[in-house]
Amino acid sequence: MTNGRLRWRKFVSNFMLAMTGVCAFVSVLVLFFILGYLLFNGGTSINWDFFTKLPKPVGETGGGMSNAIVGSGKILLLASLIGVPIGFLGGIYLAEFSGKGMASVVRYAADLLNGVPSIVIGIFAYSLVVLPFKHFSAYAGAFALGMMMIPITLRSTEEFLKSVPRMLREGAMALGASKWKTIATVIVPAAYRGIMTAILLALARVAGETAPLLFTAFGNRFESHGWSQPTATLPVMIYTYAVSPYDDWHRQAWAAGLVLLGLVLIINILARTILSRGIAVPRS
Amino acid sequence: MQASAKPEFSVNIVTNLTTPASRETAAALPMRMTISKLNFFYGPKQILFDISMGIADKKVTALIGPSGCGKSTLLRTLNRMYETVGTARLEGEILLDGQDILAQDVTALRRRVGMVFQRPNPFPKSIFDNVAYGPRINGYKGSLADTVEKSLRHAALWDEVKDHLHKSAYELSGGQQQRLCIARALAVEPEVLLMDEPCSALDPISTAKIEELMVELKNLTTIAIVTHNMQQAARVSDFTAFLLTGQIIEFSPTPHLFTTPSDPRTEAYITGRFG
Amino acid sequence: MATTTTAMKSAGPVSGSRSFLAKLRNGDEIARLVTLIFATTVVLITAGLVWELWVNSALPRQKFGFSFFVTSVWDPIMDQFGALPFIYGTMVTSAVALVIAVPLGIGAAIFLAELAPPRVSDILQFFIDLLAAVPSVIYGLLGVFIVVPLMRTVIYPALNKPFGYLPIFKGPSYGVGFMTAGIVLAIMVIPYIISVSREVLLSVPRDQREAALALGSTRWESTWKVVVPFAKTGIMGSIFLALARALGETMAVTMVIGNTPKIAASLFAPGYSIAAVIANEFTEATGDLYLQSLIALGLVLFLLTFILNGLARLLIVVTTQKGSEVGG
Repeated sequence: MTNGRLRWRKFVSNFMLAMTGVCAFVSVLVLFFILGYLLFNGGTSINWDFFTKLPKPVGETGGGMSNAIVGSGKILLLASLIGVPIGFLGGIYLAEFSGKGMASVVRYAADLLNGVPSIVIGIFAYSLVVLPFKHFSAYAGAFALGMMMIPITLRSTEEFLKSVPRMLREGAMALGASKWKTIATVIVPAAYRGIMTAILLALARVAGETAPLLFTAFGNRFESHGWSQPTATLPVMIYTYAVSPYDDWHRQAWAAGLVLLGLVLIINILARTILSRGIAVPRS
Repeated sequence: MQASAKPEFSVNIVTNLTTPASRETAAALPMRMTISKLNFFYGPKQILFDISMGIADKKVTALIGPSGCGKSTLLRTLNRMYETVGTARLEGEILLDGQDILAQDVTALRRRVGMVFQRPNPFPKSIFDNVAYGPRINGYKGSLADTVEKSLRHAALWDEVKDHLHKSAYELSGGQQQRLCIARALAVEPEVLLMDEPCSALDPISTAKIEELMVELKNLTTIAIVTHNMQQAARVSDFTAFLLTGQIIEFSPTPHLFTTPSDPRTEAYITGRFG
Repeated sequence: MATTTTAMKSAGPVSGSRSFLAKLRNGDEIARLVTLIFATTVVLITAGLVWELWVNSALPRQKFGFSFFVTSVWDPIMDQFGALPFIYGTMVTSAVALVIAVPLGIGAAIFLAELAPPRVSDILQFFIDLLAAVPSVIYGLLGVFIVVPLMRTVIYPALNKPFGYLPIFKGPSYGVGFMTAGIVLAIMVIPYIISVSREVLLSVPRDQREAALALGSTRWESTWKVVVPFAKTGIMGSIFLALARALGETMAVTMVIGNTPKIAASLFAPGYSIAAVIANEFTEATGDLYLQSLIALGLVLFLLTFILNGLARLLIVVTTQKGSEVGG
């Protein structure tokens, strides 16, 4: 237990702790690096054309991604209409009506679904919605993304409903409200913010998904009318353009990447800060 | 009252002793640690006010008082454990063997002033590795097995675990785990052992075992103990300090304090009128 | 009071004999039924997924049997399908990813849990959560335009010149390959390791660290020799979670791995992963055997992530529970 040994131990301690700080800051720096690079490379390509024009024929420069933006919007809307009600109402069942056995089965199924790689979800959507109708479509893509929204919505709904204080429930029931009235008028509104946060985060997550769309919505150089045509989406366009040999397409891929990332980050930041003041935010 | 003599640790500089007899007795005893004019703060809030006392060498000193009086806080200043909290601030002087502990390296200090906590907290390692932890990190060159055995014997645990040294510490009962923690603290041969309500999480039988232990241990090392249990303080300690809202109300040899307390508040506390 | 209750009981029909329709008029029963239907839908969807995967991969199962997993030939023209190159590629890229991400991730988690003041820790964790939200195709974009050139110009020469005799560093590099994919994957999974490990480390009881410090440990010693071992199981869980994520990762990998169904020892060689081949060849697959072989690969991927996720959850739960039990 000499002085020299103690000095060495303290040196090691300070050095290693400094190293952990380096690890932390490097990890965080990556985020800013990504943002910065996208801004730098894609910022200049974001113009009115990008949002309003259709893609030009292969090899020609210019054009935009209006069809992809609209396509993403359509598919995300439909996906929410599919996934959110199932998750939300299923969550109400778990929190308010179910017995222990059924609850564990449903929760287990949801956790399982949550862990399925997105490309496998794409395969599932393909076999259910593309194969029977023999064409790619927007609703196949929406089905795939909707599936992915279910588990997060379900678990969060259950959690936030359960966290509503007993007093609120009992207060309503003491006034003679039936169970479903209590749920609809008191409990859900009380848990509203947490559930909304979770839904927004789920939406942000599926907005960026590419793999499940590759063989459901597939893609389209043109506008798609209705829901049963192959539809272009932002993430798939980014992928297609990025791996192509055309510089102009690369430039557009950067711009699209910036738009997509910007959208995803803004939803995340809003959901995690403003909406969820004081609530524990679910992890992906 | 008493002049504060310089680094010689044998002079009592405590000023709150109230009976001539106790002052004499205390004056004759060497002090392992001395505390002078200690004021302690968590941020803006002051917890300890002008504390001055001594921890007598190879004796057991008890700190008693109602909840929130600052006794644990005071104990934790002695091994600078308060430094794990960001807003903690200390004014005053604490000497160990005549040297200011605030001027020393804290890691070296903590080897010399050990601590046993309120709830047993063995590491997620084997019994052997728990006790060997301290010697190992300090680069002990001798036989670890001997040191471990010695410490476990001192903690009156050896016979119960000698054939199970490589089992996990969590397989022991609560009382055994606490004795393991004592053995672990003893393994680095501390000069002072701080015990922060060491029996409060244990059953009466384990408590009794540990109280017996304390009486033996003071031959080995100086002990300072915080306890909620007055009877325990009366049983095991040589000196007792009674604290109330961050101040020492009375500090005297235990028999005096419990039979003829000088301060009415002390009397009120030990007769159970509050706390 | 008592009389009123008895009076109510004997008047009118006893509740047990109400007809189903009568129950239905009760709003609560409807609510219960409706929500039950939706909850059951979740179970049906999951069961349906597994069923579809199984049924639609019947052909290769019948034709190749177990040898599907150990054949390294993937030749659609000759109708020869072996999963080995993809299983190999998936494993190698994930291994590279973990080798990079685990030390960095655990280091960062230690900093966030043990060293950083709570506010700083929360802010940094916020940014890490945002990093986890970045879409995979964006990582792919950066992989293609930054990591691939970096591999060619900096990383390959740095490793190949001095260590080129080692089989893993042999041979030429085209920028794409196992290592490139591994690097991109590493960046993608670090946030998962950090988030979970940080939570697990924060749940270690204070008095473990204090006990170590009280014995004269330095801060690093108390962290590395006591706190981290205490949280060991949960940290393992975070690694499994990260691995599960890496296995299923499609876009970023397919953009930088080289898409070559070959097994090679060198990390610089181009390869393929299960997710990448499905993404690339699914829409081009001609013939049922081809398509179903791809679906069979999907089933393999599903099973792997299923097992890993299950283990991960178990390990994490065990650790955070241990934290609240120990000490008394």
